Amino acid sequence: METPPAVRARGITRCFDEVVALDGVDLDVEPGRIHGLVGPNGAGKTTLLGLLLGLAAADSGSLHILGAPVGRALAAPEGVAGFVDGPGLYPSLTARQNLAALAALRGGRDARTTAIDDVLDQVGLTDVADDKARGFSLGMRQRLGLAAALLAEPRLLVLDEPSNGLDPAGKKHVHGVLTRLAAEGTAVVLSSHRMDDLEALCSEVTILATGRVVFSGPLSKLAAENGELDYRLLTSDPRAARTLAAGTDGVRVVEGAGEWRGAEALVVCALVPALDELVARLVREGVAIRELAPVVSPLEAAFLTLTQPQEDGR
Amino acid sequence: MTATATAPVAGENAAAVRRVSVARGYRFELVKLVSQWRIRLVVLACWTAPALFVAAVSRQSTLPSDTLFGRWMHATGWAGSLVVLGFAGTWALPLLTSLVAGDVFAAEDRLGTWRHLLVAVRSPRRIFAAKALAGLTVVLLLVVGLACSSAGGGLLAVGNHPLVGLDGHLLAPSDAAGKVLLAWACVLAPTLALAAIGLLGSVALGRSPMGLLLPALVALAMQLAQMLPLPVAVRLALPGYAFISWNGLFTDPAQLRPLAIGVAVGLVWAVAATALAYAVFVRRDFTNASYDGTGRRAVTLGALPLAALLGATVAAVAVATPSAGSGIGQDKVQRSVAVAFAHLYRMQTAELKRPAVTEAELRVSAACNKGGGQRTAEGAGNDWRCVVSWHLPGVQAVGTAVYQLDITSDGRFVADGDGPKEVNGYFLVRTPIGDAPNPLWQFDGNVELLDTTPKG
Repeated sequence: METPPAVRARGITRCFDEVVALDGVDLDVEPGRIHGLVGPNGAGKTTLLGLLLGLAAADSGSLHILGAPVGRALAAPEGVAGFVDGPGLYPSLTARQNLAALAALRGGRDARTTAIDDVLDQVGLTDVADDKARGFSLGMRQRLGLAAALLAEPRLLVLDEPSNGLDPAGKKHVHGVLTRLAAEGTAVVLSSHRMDDLEALCSEVTILATGRVVFSGPLSKLAAENGELDYRLLTSDPRAARTLAAGTDGVRVVEGAGEWRGAEALVVCALVPALDELVARLVREGVAIRELAPVVSPLEAAFLTLTQPQEDGR
Repeated sequence: MTATATAPVAGENAAAVRRVSVARGYRFELVKLVSQWRIRLVVLACWTAPALFVAAVSRQSTLPSDTLFGRWMHATGWAGSLVVLGFAGTWALPLLTSLVAGDVFAAEDRLGTWRHLLVAVRSPRRIFAAKALAGLTVVLLLVVGLACSSAGGGLLAVGNHPLVGLDGHLLAPSDAAGKVLLAWACVLAPTLALAAIGLLGSVALGRSPMGLLLPALVALAMQLAQMLPLPVAVRLALPGYAFISWNGLFTDPAQLRPLAIGVAVGLVWAVAATALAYAVFVRRDFTNASYDGTGRRAVTLGALPLAALLGATVAAVAVATPSAGSGIGQDKVQRSVAVAFAHLYRMQTAELKRPAVTEAELRVSAACNKGGGQRTAEGAGNDWRCVVSWHLPGVQAVGTAVYQLDITSDGRFVADGDGPKEVNGYFLVRTPIGDAPNPLWQFDGNVELLDTTPKG
């Protein structure tokens, strides 16, 4: 039997009084995928995540979650977990008590012991399991919120900016958990303003602007659809690299952009095929390439390109 | 654009949606409430402080005689519990209900946990039921604590002795125990009304401190109203009247009508305010993270219906109990004073080891006026004066004693003896075994505000 998509939304519209938060949004998320939701503030990300969690119903359009139609608020099927606008934690309870209370609420008897320890370990909070949540930093709260969601053994995990406040160790834990969940078949939808996180985690993204989808698809497609990007180029022979770049069709040297690393740094603007040609020529000329990376990530560049016109147009 | 899935799909989707039961939600809410240090503190205080207070005060030479039953705290352990009950109705219970019920919904706004809770429970109705039941449980725990602790402290410190009622008659220890218990049970009704108002404030006003303070403010307003010369029907229709009308249990016969009305009105308010809180809650848009109370809707959905309810209860009480004016008339005052004097005279007679007399033999009567007869003998005031007359078997002369009365608007009075000294002019009487408190020197009583038919 074919597994239904984790999320299938068509023409979702949601308004708050006069404000159109979502305007004809389509969204598809397959099981086992991590889907990023990107957009400027007020683009409708949290509203969309709230619909996926079942907090509200769309004013119009159709929404299927885990194969079940969802036409009214709080009717999301079992298997959906997550949080929007930060995790809901009770500061007077310890991390373990928060999870135990939630597990008891959901009726999972086993979750009180082994599963709680397991999810605390997964998010790296074992050492502070018996500390009151009142004293937790934002990053620890995010991880505890993720642990609470994991207790539900979700098939669709919805997370609103889960990377907020995470230190490198916390980020590693969270990324590890999300990657493992996806590998096990869980669909993850997360929003973030941290493009590096999304690029590291997501196979697909949806970019929202003023409640509308301006892009949805794999990251590779986004990169292909991008126009020219600025790339930072560090080589063993900057002078030769500059000469070769200037002589390659479709490659333009951005003057003055590489001063932060002195004369050895070079910033070139090009499409991916032209950049490939430049790399081949550098190799042929025996110039060692020490670093070649986009100055701004493709996702961030796409984000800026796709969302700024709408913002400017407001 | 038209919705393709906005029609109810319960049949299609019901199997996949699993809502949390009210019982589980109730346990979850209790865990959250009990984890708060301030809730633990007030529970501990309610279960220990009254016992310590009653035990300490009962052993002092100076008793809180300005408090109802305070003057009898040295005589029986049950008086202390009633002193605490009087204080609880005035201050403790409104504040405690504010602390518990006034915060039970607002806490989620403060912590930003509504969405989390909704995703977990998936039913605002069940969340409301669980929260209301959890709040009710804690409020009951506090009331039971106050009752048990105060009674336990009194019994341990003073003992299980007869209690002097508000008309001077003596209640046997078992009778006193039953009535003290019943009095505490009766104040549950106005306590529940305040708790329900707290729920309404908590739901309607969100994280605003006004939600937390609402029960205390309503209780304060009701106390102020009780001090005003309001018509009886208005007084009885206030949801807090049972905080006062339990006094009627300690007369013989018990003044049950005002008590029953007070309890009924309290329960009606509890149900109505809870229903309004529910109506406001289920209409709330939980997707709006910046929600901070319903504002104008709080007035239309909360305050206006309660104002209408007050009007309706006033009308109902006025129709059911056709008592006009203040309810404090000359006949009632004279009857109350005479009955109390007769009972207490017998007590004094026993203290003095004189031959026992019955109330019938004493044939006590009282002649009372207000303002020295210059004013209409009607209503509250501290300018009431009564001359009490009685007879003794085989004695031709008629005994007389004078009392100054301070009657409050709720019908309670303190009679202060004005002589003769041997009868009621001094706080001690000389008995064969030494000086003893004079029961006729000062005594508490109350006038039933509703019209009654005089007995006998």
